[in-house]
Amino acid sequence: MPVDIDIAKVARLARIGLDAEELERYGAQLGDILEHAARVQALDTDDVPPTAHPLPMVNALRSDEIEPSLDREEVLDQAPDRDGPYFKVPAFLEDA
Amino acid sequence: MTDLADLTITEAGRRLRDGDVTAVDLFEAVRRRATMTEAELHAFLTFDADGAAEAAAEADAALARGQDLGPLHGIPVALKDNMVTRGVETTCSSRILAGYRPPYDATVVERLRSAGAVVVGKTNLDEFAMGSSTENSAYGPTRNPWDPGRVPGGSSGGSAASVAAGSSFAALGSDTGGSIRQPASLCGIVGMKPTYGLVSRYGLVAFASSLDQIGPLTRSVDDCVTVFEAIAGHDPSDATSYRGEVPDVRAALDGGLEGLRVGVVTEFSGEGFEPDVEANFRATLGAIERAGATVVDVSLPSAEYALSAYYLIAPAECSANLARFDGVRYGLRLDGSSVEQMMSATRRDGFGPEVTRRVLLGTYALSAGYYDAFYGQAQKVRTLVIRDFEAAYRQVDVLVTPTSPTTAFPLGARTDDPIAMYLSDICTIPSNLSGHPGISVPTGVDRSGLPIGFQILAPALGEPVMFRAAKAVEALAGFDARPALASSEGAA
Repeated sequence: MPVDIDIAKVARLARIGLDAEELERYGAQLGDILEHAARVQALDTDDVPPTAHPLPMVNALRSDEIEPSLDREEVLDQAPDRDGPYFKVPAFLEDA
Repeated sequence: MTDLADLTITEAGRRLRDGDVTAVDLFEAVRRRATMTEAELHAFLTFDADGAAEAAAEADAALARGQDLGPLHGIPVALKDNMVTRGVETTCSSRILAGYRPPYDATVVERLRSAGAVVVGKTNLDEFAMGSSTENSAYGPTRNPWDPGRVPGGSSGGSAASVAAGSSFAALGSDTGGSIRQPASLCGIVGMKPTYGLVSRYGLVAFASSLDQIGPLTRSVDDCVTVFEAIAGHDPSDATSYRGEVPDVRAALDGGLEGLRVGVVTEFSGEGFEPDVEANFRATLGAIERAGATVVDVSLPSAEYALSAYYLIAPAECSANLARFDGVRYGLRLDGSSVEQMMSATRRDGFGPEVTRRVLLGTYALSAGYYDAFYGQAQKVRTLVIRDFEAAYRQVDVLVTPTSPTTAFPLGARTDDPIAMYLSDICTIPSNLSGHPGISVPTGVDRSGLPIGFQILAPALGEPVMFRAAKAVEALAGFDARPALASSEGAA
């Protein structure tokens, strides 16, 4: 089954800035892989429940006690840009 | 005389306690071996000689004080570079994490350190563990110690090459679709994926969270048991961590094959399987039967769909997990006039082609309108795979297959054909989908002298019977060949 992919839209959703040549190349490769992967659609699974996790597990809970967390300075020290105790990114709000 | 770098953990531990050698001696042997082999192999991204020398000296001091932390005390081990290490660069072989020094240790790293192990460094991998050859590393490929023109397998190829070459006694890898077992097979060592949830994933940089599991790569089954025991157990920091008791893998370890029911997975033979791999597999089966086991054929009808399901589930989960690499909190950032442009430029430059391919694939498989047809359907196929395994384990104690259809292939042979590369994991992927344990044990070499691995699978929490069978198969095979790189130079 050939698969129709709007590769530019997918790349935008994934936040990967690809040029026209790259879009074409990845689009073709994805088509090939999906054609192979789409074989799963041949199976009759109407009465089959999906498995999200391999072992049956219910929610993991613990008592609500304060425990040590990562050192803020050590964490922020790894950021490409910071402003005091904050991560800094390019402006994303228009000036009012 | 055997070079110290070629000892098993068991032998090294005995000599350490006899006072023949010190932990510093063991580390120095490993460091010398790394110096001799690294220029050709490139198993390590970071070799932490200073940190390891200090840890080895501390291990000796502790022993002198009478403080013995157990079988890993003073043993040099390596870590796949997708496990975070406090203050030591952790890149996942990606440009996007170049220079990242994590603010904490992964739980497995803490456990190894508190067991007295000496962490020698961080090993190379396919970027974010996506690949089967360790060629997808932003820092260059790792080569196979048996033949440097060939790949070591992957994605834990650096860990496997290091253990095979003697630049560590044991290493940790991670296995999402076979990434411990397949490189162990291609490098002639033992590699094991535990039951999902038995080993904490806290501090393992996530690829596909419902499939990823950390496990050991070692030079013997006994050593594998030792490392498994050190790293397994509940961890409150990992919500998927198993809360029950870790099964006792020592009690029945020497039980042998007598009375064991062994199932041969019929789907894993024929087309695509090299004749030498099949011949070795058949010969091993014969030996297993003569040793008192019952060998029967077993079918896993859904197995042929497992690979397809895997290549929907793994990319879908990877696309979600890798969203965190956005140039904000760590790693690479490129300039951009808006946040979106900054992120798109950073991710385009930071990710290599295979990671880009899988993030795009996963994004597509999860996007509106396609979810049910791809990801949803793949999760249902996963249920069918689990049912097949459950039916099989009603008839037999363990299942066996070749670990990989081929021995180590030449560098570059499959890089342009993603699907051919994916096929090297066809025998290992089903047990990631099911969450069951599996181990690869070396059982021989092909006509070119390249190692062949034999895979043993067991039901969830079936590690005791899996290790028992593995130890017996190891003894039957009597595999004691060593890669040319390790033996010739080690003796010099």
